[in-house]
Amino acid sequence: MATILVHVMPKPEILDPQGKAVGAALPRLGFDGVAQVRQGKRFELTVDGEVTDEVLAKVRQAAETLLSNPVIEDVVEVTVAQEPA
Amino acid sequence: MTARIGVVTFPGTLDDRDATRAVRLAGAEAVPLWHNDGDLKDVDAVVLPGGFSYGDYLRAGAIARFAPIMEKVVDGANGGLPVLGICNGFQVLTEVHLLPGSMIKNEHLHFICRDQTLRVENAETSWTSEYRDGEEIVIPLKNQDGQYVADDYTLDMLEAEGRVAFRYVGWNPNGSRRDIAGITNERGNVVGLMPHPEHAVEAGFGPDSRESGRTGTDGLAFFTSAIKNLLATA
Repeated sequence: MATILVHVMPKPEILDPQGKAVGAALPRLGFDGVAQVRQGKRFELTVDGEVTDEVLAKVRQAAETLLSNPVIEDVVEVTVAQEPA
Repeated sequence: MTARIGVVTFPGTLDDRDATRAVRLAGAEAVPLWHNDGDLKDVDAVVLPGGFSYGDYLRAGAIARFAPIMEKVVDGANGGLPVLGICNGFQVLTEVHLLPGSMIKNEHLHFICRDQTLRVENAETSWTSEYRDGEEIVIPLKNQDGQYVADDYTLDMLEAEGRVAFRYVGWNPNGSRRDIAGITNERGNVVGLMPHPEHAVEAGFGPDSRESGRTGTDGLAFFTSAIKNLLATA
Protein backbone atom coordinates (compact mmCIF):
# COMPACT_ATOMS: atom_id res chain seq x y z
CA MET A 1 0.00 0.00 0.00
CA ALA A 2 1.24 3.44 -0.90
CA THR A 3 -0.35 6.85 -0.86
CA ILE A 4 -0.27 9.33 -3.71
CA LEU A 5 -0.88 12.99 -2.95
CA VAL A 6 -2.67 15.23 -5.43
CA HIS A 7 -2.71 18.98 -4.88
CA VAL A 8 -5.27 21.10 -6.71
CA MET A 9 -5.32 24.91 -6.63
CA PRO A 10 -7.63 27.51 -8.16
CA LYS A 11 -6.04 28.98 -11.29
CA PRO A 12 -4.02 32.13 -10.55
CA GLU A 13 -6.33 34.28 -12.68
CA ILE A 14 -9.49 32.98 -10.96
CA LEU A 15 -10.65 34.92 -7.94
CA ASP A 16 -10.57 32.69 -4.85
CA PRO A 17 -13.37 33.93 -2.56
CA GLN A 18 -12.58 31.39 0.17
CA GLY A 19 -8.90 32.31 0.28
CA LYS A 20 -9.87 35.98 0.38
CA ALA A 21 -12.16 35.40 3.37
CA VAL A 22 -9.44 33.47 5.22
CA GLY A 23 -6.98 36.25 4.42
CA ALA A 24 -9.36 38.83 5.87
CA ALA A 25 -9.78 36.80 9.09
CA LEU A 26 -6.06 36.39 9.82
CA PRO A 27 -5.38 39.97 11.05
CA ARG A 28 -8.38 39.71 13.37
CA LEU A 29 -6.50 36.91 15.18
CA GLY A 30 -3.32 38.89 15.29
CA PHE A 31 -1.62 37.18 12.33
CA ASP A 32 -0.34 40.22 10.49
CA GLY A 33 1.80 40.46 7.41
CA VAL A 34 0.05 37.84 5.27
CA ALA A 35 -0.34 39.49 1.89
CA GLN A 36 -2.52 36.86 0.22
CA VAL A 37 -4.18 33.51 0.94
CA ARG A 38 -5.24 31.01 -1.69
CA GLN A 39 -7.10 27.87 -0.72
CA GLY A 40 -6.80 24.59 -2.57
CA LYS A 41 -7.40 20.88 -2.07
CA ARG A 42 -5.21 17.92 -1.16
CA PHE A 43 -6.30 14.40 -2.08
CA GLU A 44 -4.71 11.27 -0.60
CA LEU A 45 -5.14 8.28 -2.87
CA THR A 46 -4.04 5.05 -1.22
CA VAL A 47 -3.41 2.39 -3.85
CA ASP A 48 -2.88 -1.36 -3.73
CA GLY A 49 0.62 -2.51 -4.53
CA GLU A 50 3.53 -0.49 -5.78
CA VAL A 51 3.37 2.93 -7.34
CA THR A 52 4.57 2.29 -10.87
CA ASP A 53 4.79 4.87 -13.65
CA GLU A 54 1.60 3.39 -15.01
CA VAL A 55 -0.22 3.91 -11.70
CA LEU A 56 1.06 7.48 -11.49
CA ALA A 57 -0.07 8.16 -15.05
CA LYS A 58 -3.54 6.88 -14.18
CA VAL A 59 -3.71 9.05 -11.07
CA ARG A 60 -2.61 12.07 -13.11
CA GLN A 61 -5.40 11.34 -15.55
CA ALA A 62 -7.92 11.05 -12.68
CA ALA A 63 -6.58 14.32 -11.29
CA GLU A 64 -7.16 16.10 -14.60
CA THR A 65 -10.61 14.63 -15.26
CA LEU A 66 -12.35 14.26 -11.89
CA LEU A 67 -10.30 15.73 -9.05
CA SER A 68 -9.93 19.09 -10.80
CA ASN A 69 -11.92 21.14 -13.27
CA PRO A 70 -9.37 22.53 -15.76
CA VAL A 71 -11.57 25.57 -16.41
CA ILE A 72 -11.01 26.89 -12.88
CA GLU A 73 -8.30 24.72 -11.29
CA ASP A 74 -4.76 23.45 -11.86
CA VAL A 75 -3.28 20.17 -10.67
CA VAL A 76 -0.11 21.64 -9.18
CA GLU A 77 1.50 18.50 -7.79
CA VAL A 78 1.20 14.71 -7.89
CA THR A 79 3.66 13.01 -5.52
CA VAL A 80 4.11 9.76 -3.63
CA ALA A 81 3.79 10.25 0.14
CA GLN A 82 6.89 9.38 2.16
CA GLU A 83 6.49 6.34 4.38
CA PRO A 84 6.45 7.28 8.04
CA ALA A 85 9.88 6.48 9.59
CA MET B 1 -49.59 14.67 -29.14
CA THR B 2 -48.35 15.60 -25.69
CA ALA B 3 -44.69 16.48 -25.28
CA ARG B 4 -42.82 14.31 -22.77
CA ILE B 5 -40.20 16.14 -20.72
CA GLY B 6 -37.87 14.17 -18.47
CA VAL B 7 -36.79 15.51 -15.08
CA VAL B 8 -33.59 13.95 -13.71
CA THR B 9 -33.18 13.18 -10.01
CA PHE B 10 -29.67 12.70 -8.65
CA PRO B 11 -29.07 11.86 -4.97
CA GLY B 12 -29.25 15.32 -3.40
CA THR B 13 -31.41 16.94 -6.07
CA LEU B 14 -33.97 19.24 -4.41
CA ASP B 15 -36.05 20.92 -7.10
CA ASP B 16 -37.13 17.90 -9.16
CA ARG B 17 -40.69 18.09 -7.79
CA ASP B 18 -40.97 21.79 -8.63
CA ALA B 19 -39.55 21.18 -12.10
CA THR B 20 -42.02 18.33 -12.61
CA ARG B 21 -44.87 20.60 -11.56
CA ALA B 22 -43.66 23.35 -13.92
CA VAL B 23 -43.59 20.89 -16.83
CA ARG B 24 -47.17 19.80 -16.07
CA LEU B 25 -48.47 23.35 -15.63
CA ALA B 26 -46.94 24.23 -18.98
CA GLY B 27 -48.91 21.41 -20.59
CA ALA B 28 -46.46 18.55 -21.03
CA GLU B 29 -46.14 15.14 -19.47
CA ALA B 30 -43.36 15.03 -16.85
CA VAL B 31 -41.29 11.84 -16.89
CA PRO B 32 -39.16 11.13 -13.81
CA LEU B 33 -35.63 10.00 -14.71
CA TRP B 34 -33.26 8.49 -12.13
CA HIS B 35 -29.50 9.13 -12.15
CA ASN B 36 -28.82 5.42 -12.44
CA ASP B 37 -31.14 4.93 -15.44
CA GLY B 38 -29.46 3.75 -18.60
CA ASP B 39 -32.06 5.25 -20.93
CA LEU B 40 -34.06 8.44 -21.38
CA LYS B 41 -37.44 6.65 -21.72
CA ASP B 42 -38.06 8.30 -25.11
CA VAL B 43 -38.51 11.78 -23.66
CA ASP B 44 -38.57 14.78 -26.01
CA ALA B 45 -36.58 17.06 -23.71
CA VAL B 46 -34.71 16.90 -20.38
CA VAL B 47 -34.54 19.17 -17.35
CA LEU B 48 -31.62 18.91 -14.92
CA PRO B 49 -33.04 20.54 -11.79
CA GLY B 50 -31.39 22.37 -8.93
CA GLY B 51 -30.19 21.12 -5.57
CA PHE B 52 -26.98 19.65 -4.25
CA SER B 53 -26.31 16.50 -6.25
CA TYR B 54 -23.97 14.22 -4.31
CA GLY B 55 -23.81 16.90 -1.61
CA ASP B 56 -21.83 19.18 -3.96
CA TYR B 57 -18.84 17.07 -2.89
CA LEU B 58 -15.62 17.81 -4.78
CA ARG B 59 -17.23 20.58 -6.87
CA ALA B 60 -20.87 21.36 -7.63
CA GLY B 61 -21.98 18.96 -10.36
CA ALA B 62 -18.62 17.19 -10.56
CA ILE B 63 -19.85 13.75 -9.55
CA ALA B 64 -23.30 13.97 -11.12
CA ARG B 65 -21.63 14.42 -14.47
CA PHE B 66 -20.47 10.78 -14.30
CA ALA B 67 -23.94 9.37 -13.50
CA PRO B 68 -25.11 6.77 -16.06
CA ILE B 69 -28.05 8.95 -17.19
CA MET B 70 -25.66 11.75 -18.16
CA GLU B 71 -24.10 9.69 -20.93
CA LYS B 72 -27.55 9.52 -22.55
CA VAL B 73 -28.24 13.20 -21.88
CA VAL B 74 -24.97 14.16 -23.59
CA ASP B 75 -25.71 11.90 -26.57
CA GLY B 76 -29.19 13.36 -26.82
CA ALA B 77 -28.00 16.96 -26.49
CA ASN B 78 -25.43 16.43 -29.22
CA GLY B 79 -28.26 15.16 -31.41
CA GLY B 80 -30.43 18.22 -30.74
CA LEU B 81 -32.45 17.10 -27.70
CA PRO B 82 -33.54 20.21 -25.75
CA VAL B 83 -31.81 20.20 -22.34
CA LEU B 84 -32.34 22.78 -19.60
CA GLY B 85 -29.99 22.95 -16.61
CA ILE B 86 -31.17 24.99 -13.66
CA CYS B 87 -28.73 26.01 -10.90
CA ASN B 88 -27.06 22.70 -9.94
CA GLY B 89 -28.22 21.42 -13.33
CA PHE B 90 -26.31 24.29 -14.99
CA GLN B 91 -23.24 23.32 -12.95
CA VAL B 92 -23.62 19.72 -14.18
CA LEU B 93 -23.85 20.94 -17.80
CA THR B 94 -20.57 22.85 -17.46
CA GLU B 95 -18.82 19.93 -15.75
CA VAL B 96 -19.90 17.61 -18.56
CA HIS B 97 -18.72 20.20 -21.14
CA LEU B 98 -22.07 20.72 -22.84
CA LEU B 99 -21.68 24.38 -21.87
CA PRO B 100 -18.42 26.32 -21.44
CA GLY B 101 -17.11 27.97 -18.27
CA SER B 102 -17.78 27.06 -14.67
CA MET B 103 -19.35 28.29 -11.43
CA ILE B 104 -17.33 29.18 -8.35
CA LYS B 105 -18.40 30.47 -4.92
CA ASN B 106 -20.31 33.74 -4.85
CA GLU B 107 -17.89 36.64 -4.66
CA HIS B 108 -19.26 37.69 -1.25
CA LEU B 109 -19.35 34.06 -0.02
CA HIS B 110 -22.95 34.30 1.18
CA PHE B 111 -25.77 32.01 0.19
CA ILE B 112 -28.24 34.21 -1.60
CA CYS B 113 -32.00 33.86 -2.03
CA ARG B 114 -33.95 36.63 -3.72
CA ASP B 115 -36.29 37.47 -6.57
CA GLN B 116 -33.93 38.42 -9.39
CA THR B 117 -34.52 40.48 -12.50
CA LEU B 118 -32.97 39.05 -15.68
CA ARG B 119 -32.82 40.28 -19.24
CA VAL B 120 -33.48 37.73 -21.97
CA GLU B 121 -30.53 38.19 -24.32
CA ASN B 122 -31.33 35.37 -26.71
CA ALA B 123 -34.98 34.57 -27.42
CA GLU B 124 -34.19 32.02 -30.11
CA THR B 125 -33.18 29.00 -28.03
CA SER B 126 -35.31 25.91 -27.45
CA TRP B 127 -36.14 27.21 -23.97
CA THR B 128 -36.56 30.97 -24.57
CA SER B 129 -38.49 31.36 -27.84
CA GLU B 130 -41.68 32.45 -26.08
CA TYR B 131 -39.85 35.51 -24.70
CA ARG B 132 -38.87 38.64 -26.63
CA ASP B 133 -35.25 39.67 -27.05
CA GLY B 134 -34.47 42.17 -24.31
CA GLU B 135 -37.53 41.24 -22.23
CA GLU B 136 -37.01 41.57 -18.47
CA ILE B 137 -38.29 38.79 -16.24
CA VAL B 138 -38.25 38.15 -12.49
CA ILE B 139 -37.57 34.65 -11.12
CA PRO B 140 -36.04 33.40 -7.85
CA LEU B 141 -32.28 33.02 -7.44
CA LYS B 142 -30.84 30.87 -4.63
CA ASN B 143 -27.31 29.58 -4.53
CA GLN B 144 -23.89 29.57 -2.93
CA ASP B 145 -21.76 28.67 -5.97
CA GLY B 146 -23.27 30.94 -8.59
CA GLN B 147 -20.37 33.04 -9.83
CA TYR B 148 -20.04 32.30 -13.54
CA VAL B 149 -16.43 32.34 -14.71
CA ALA B 150 -14.70 31.64 -18.02
CA ASP B 151 -11.59 33.00 -19.70
CA ASP B 152 -11.85 36.16 -21.81
CA TYR B 153 -11.57 34.21 -25.04
CA THR B 154 -14.61 32.11 -24.11
CA LEU B 155 -16.57 35.13 -22.87
CA ASP B 156 -15.85 37.04 -26.10
CA MET B 157 -16.94 34.02 -28.12
CA LEU B 158 -20.20 33.69 -26.15
CA GLU B 159 -20.94 37.39 -26.70
CA ALA B 160 -20.04 37.32 -30.41
CA GLU B 161 -22.17 34.26 -31.08
CA GLY B 162 -25.15 35.57 -29.10
CA ARG B 163 -24.85 32.71 -26.65
CA VAL B 164 -25.36 34.76 -23.50
CA ALA B 165 -29.00 33.80 -22.90
CA PHE B 166 -29.65 35.80 -19.71
CA ARG B 167 -27.97 38.64 -17.87
CA TYR B 168 -28.56 39.94 -14.34
CA VAL B 169 -30.22 43.35 -14.33
CA GLY B 170 -29.85 46.05 -11.67
CA TRP B 171 -27.47 44.09 -9.47
CA ASN B 172 -24.95 41.34 -10.09
CA PRO B 173 -25.75 39.03 -7.17
CA ASN B 174 -22.66 36.80 -7.23
CA GLY B 175 -19.86 38.45 -9.20
CA SER B 176 -20.55 36.55 -12.42
CA ARG B 177 -18.38 37.66 -15.34
CA ARG B 178 -20.17 40.21 -17.52
CA ASP B 179 -23.37 39.81 -15.44
CA ILE B 180 -24.01 36.44 -17.10
CA ALA B 181 -26.91 34.51 -15.55
CA GLY B 182 -27.33 31.87 -18.25
CA ILE B 183 -25.87 30.68 -21.53
CA THR B 184 -26.70 28.40 -24.44
CA ASN B 185 -24.77 26.08 -26.73
CA GLU B 186 -24.10 26.81 -30.38
CA ARG B 187 -27.23 25.03 -31.56
CA GLY B 188 -29.50 26.65 -28.97
CA ASN B 189 -30.94 23.38 -27.66
CA VAL B 190 -28.92 23.33 -24.42
CA VAL B 191 -29.54 26.17 -21.96
CA GLY B 192 -28.17 26.58 -18.44
CA LEU B 193 -28.85 29.29 -15.88
CA MET B 194 -28.42 29.83 -12.15
CA PRO B 195 -31.86 31.36 -11.32
CA HIS B 196 -34.94 29.14 -11.03
CA PRO B 197 -37.73 29.47 -13.61
CA GLU B 198 -39.53 26.44 -12.13
CA HIS B 199 -40.26 28.45 -8.96
CA ALA B 200 -42.18 31.10 -10.92
CA VAL B 201 -44.88 29.19 -12.78
CA GLU B 202 -48.05 29.53 -10.72
CA ALA B 203 -49.75 32.56 -9.21
CA GLY B 204 -49.71 32.35 -5.42
CA PHE B 205 -46.32 30.66 -5.29
CA GLY B 206 -44.06 32.88 -7.40
CA PRO B 207 -42.17 36.14 -6.93
CA ASP B 208 -44.01 39.41 -6.44
CA SER B 209 -45.18 40.95 -9.69
CA ARG B 210 -46.03 44.58 -10.49
CA GLU B 211 -49.70 43.79 -9.97
CA SER B 212 -49.58 42.06 -6.59
CA GLY B 213 -47.66 39.78 -4.25
CA ARG B 214 -46.53 36.26 -5.19
CA THR B 215 -48.25 36.32 -8.57
CA GLY B 216 -45.16 36.27 -10.80
CA THR B 217 -45.14 33.50 -13.39
CA ASP B 218 -42.27 34.70 -15.57
CA GLY B 219 -40.61 31.27 -15.49
CA LEU B 220 -43.43 29.41 -17.24
CA ALA B 221 -42.34 30.45 -20.74
CA PHE B 222 -39.16 28.35 -20.44
CA PHE B 223 -41.34 25.28 -20.48
CA THR B 224 -43.98 26.51 -22.93
CA SER B 225 -41.14 27.48 -25.30
CA ALA B 226 -39.78 23.94 -25.25
CA ILE B 227 -43.22 22.39 -25.67
CA LYS B 228 -44.18 24.66 -28.57
CA ASN B 229 -40.90 23.94 -30.36
CA LEU B 230 -41.29 20.21 -29.83
CA LEU B 231 -44.83 20.19 -31.20
CA ALA B 232 -43.78 22.34 -34.16
CA THR B 233 -41.13 19.82 -35.19
CA ALA B 234 -43.16 16.69 -34.38
